[in-house]
Amino acid sequence: MAYEVEVRARLEVDAKEIVARYPRSRSAMLPILHLVQAEEGYVSPDGIEFCAEVLDVATAEVAAVATFYTMYKRHPNGDYTVGVCTNTLCAIMGGDQIFATLKDHLGVGHDETTDDGKVTLEHLECNAACDYAPVMMVNWEFFDNQTPESATALVDDLRAGREVRPTRGPRLCTFSEVSRVLAGFPDDLADEGPSAGPATLLGLELFRAQEASAAEPAVPAKKKTATKKASSRKTAAAVDTGGEGTSAHDAPLDTAESDRANDATPGTEETER
Amino acid sequence: MSIELTPVLSRFWDVERSWTREVYERYDGYSALRTALRMDRDDVTQLVKDSELRGRGGAGFPTGNKWGFIPKGGDKPVYLVVNADESEPGTCKDVPLMMANPHELVEGVIIASYAIAATHAFIYVRGEVVHVIRRLHAAVAEAYAAGYLGKDILGSGYDLEVVVHAGAGAYICGEETALLDSLEGRRGQPRLRPPFPAIAGLYASPTVINNVESIASVPSILRNGAAWFTAMGTDNEDPRKRSKGMTLFSLSGHVTRPGQFEAPMGVTLRDLLDLAGGVREGHQLKFWTPGGSSTPLMTAEHLDVPLSYEGIAGAGSMLGTKALQIFDDTTCVVRAVLRWTEFYAHESCGKCTPCREGTYWLVQILRRLENGEGDEEDLEKLLDICDNILGRAFCALGDGATAPITSSLEFFRQEYIDHFEHGGCPFDPAASTLFADEGAGVKAR
Repeated sequence: MAYEVEVRARLEVDAKEIVARYPRSRSAMLPILHLVQAEEGYVSPDGIEFCAEVLDVATAEVAAVATFYTMYKRHPNGDYTVGVCTNTLCAIMGGDQIFATLKDHLGVGHDETTDDGKVTLEHLECNAACDYAPVMMVNWEFFDNQTPESATALVDDLRAGREVRPTRGPRLCTFSEVSRVLAGFPDDLADEGPSAGPATLLGLELFRAQEASAAEPAVPAKKKTATKKASSRKTAAAVDTGGEGTSAHDAPLDTAESDRANDATPGTEETER
Repeated sequence: MSIELTPVLSRFWDVERSWTREVYERYDGYSALRTALRMDRDDVTQLVKDSELRGRGGAGFPTGNKWGFIPKGGDKPVYLVVNADESEPGTCKDVPLMMANPHELVEGVIIASYAIAATHAFIYVRGEVVHVIRRLHAAVAEAYAAGYLGKDILGSGYDLEVVVHAGAGAYICGEETALLDSLEGRRGQPRLRPPFPAIAGLYASPTVINNVESIASVPSILRNGAAWFTAMGTDNEDPRKRSKGMTLFSLSGHVTRPGQFEAPMGVTLRDLLDLAGGVREGHQLKFWTPGGSSTPLMTAEHLDVPLSYEGIAGAGSMLGTKALQIFDDTTCVVRAVLRWTEFYAHESCGKCTPCREGTYWLVQILRRLENGEGDEEDLEKLLDICDNILGRAFCALGDGATAPITSSLEFFRQEYIDHFEHGGCPFDPAASTLFADEGAGVKAR
């Protein structure tokens, strides 16, 4: 079996565009595998054959590459890949409990898909968001500071077709749509979502507080108090995620700068006394 | 006294639409490119050498020297490849950088490519961060539209094409020669060196491979000068024993407020913990990694070691990616090390025997130990296998796999013994979680 004529014609146009980006055609291998994954939701035998023909290499060579990389699926995937980081830091911070809860709740294991074809569950290796542990990814968008409760609610929403927003990212796309972006065909969502989450901005925020207190002329400079009131992090379960664009994780932290209850002005304690 | 924070790369990440060219240019974006294009290529390289910028991706190799290794006047094309495959466990600096301000990287790419006379540059970014990839695509498109990329950049006569290339999920592709094989459309497996990439890299042509943060630091050096950069960091008469400039330190795990802190090289974990509100309330620091899981563990006795290349090396570990993962007294070190080892076994590319077979057996033994079924002989066997991997594997993945094992046995040998004397893990995993009740885990052990 091979692709239907019109599918093949469409993919050939895309593949040609991918090949043209590179000085040598074989560099187009990974993007074309993302492209065929976008077409069928996994890298099928047809996809491998197509890739081999376009790049003029043996199907065995394409299969060897496709099976090396974990993002290429070898059987049809759900609309949403739900990944739970279970590398050491996230696991210890609760990733193990989240993954166990989801396995139980969804009735599927690693790399298995729910009967409705909506959710494929995976455990992930480190996804470079450790300051937001425990972390989950849905179709490679960030869901920060998760709990078993927030994770359960998230997969229920996905299966019910309710709109879901990543913590740091745009409105959620399907697995196929995202695979096309990975092939190098951007959608128009780059301008959605925030610049950063609160953990990313913590150092900058403390710096701005330091600067603000240094600029206060009337009171003598004293030990910086920006870190005095250490607030606990809030987990996704503990806060209401408003649903509009930004999530509650983007709300200001209870630092001295933004927490009116704790005046960061140096010397305040003395002058009030 | 709080340390001085030095937000340079992060200076406007809190500004609305910080990822756009318009905002970047409000903060002097692309002014360094104009400066560089008026300079002789070799002077740009010399400036980066003078700044003493060292690689921010883990190995700490001087960036300017790497550029200087590219042969002059050869007939082969020259390539720049940015390693944006950030995957080292604990490491989370390049991804937020590219999400908040991809233009700083793009400007650095153009300057570095100009310095080495590259005609093509590639940003190899891991595939699992799709919004970062969107922001990179958008930034590159904006740079083309503004005439910063393509033919005759800003009328200089210099041409450059930049491609954003998404990986597909393989930690090993962070190893620079495996990354090159992957970018050539193959399995990501490391290459034998020599020849080094500067001589025979991508398509067997001269190639420079730099980490995201290293390249993103270049525009600030052009804007402010080498002396500005070297004014930050540690001092020593021997240039190989000092670390210059600002860098991103990432605190994660059992701290009150985890996050990114841009500060001069040489600050200490004690300084950073002070900013992060300390270890989470009611608990003590147990162990930490200075730069990801491949750097030997450190403990509370190392709180005052300067976080510099030479400082951490002097204490028996490595600065790595400056990924400071903090674990408190509720954490089972055997469980932590087992999980990292399972990671290395999963990610071993299979090319060389010590790593492929060694990591497999390390996992088997550590699983037995965590379940309380091991004995003293297993501890010796772990060290023996590590000894047969370290320095004998094809690339640094194998070396990295041994770091958590040998360092944890050095500092926490008794805890391994407790496991088999106790007949299982003596810790309550629920007590370590972010959502644990206040004071949970006090009863552990």
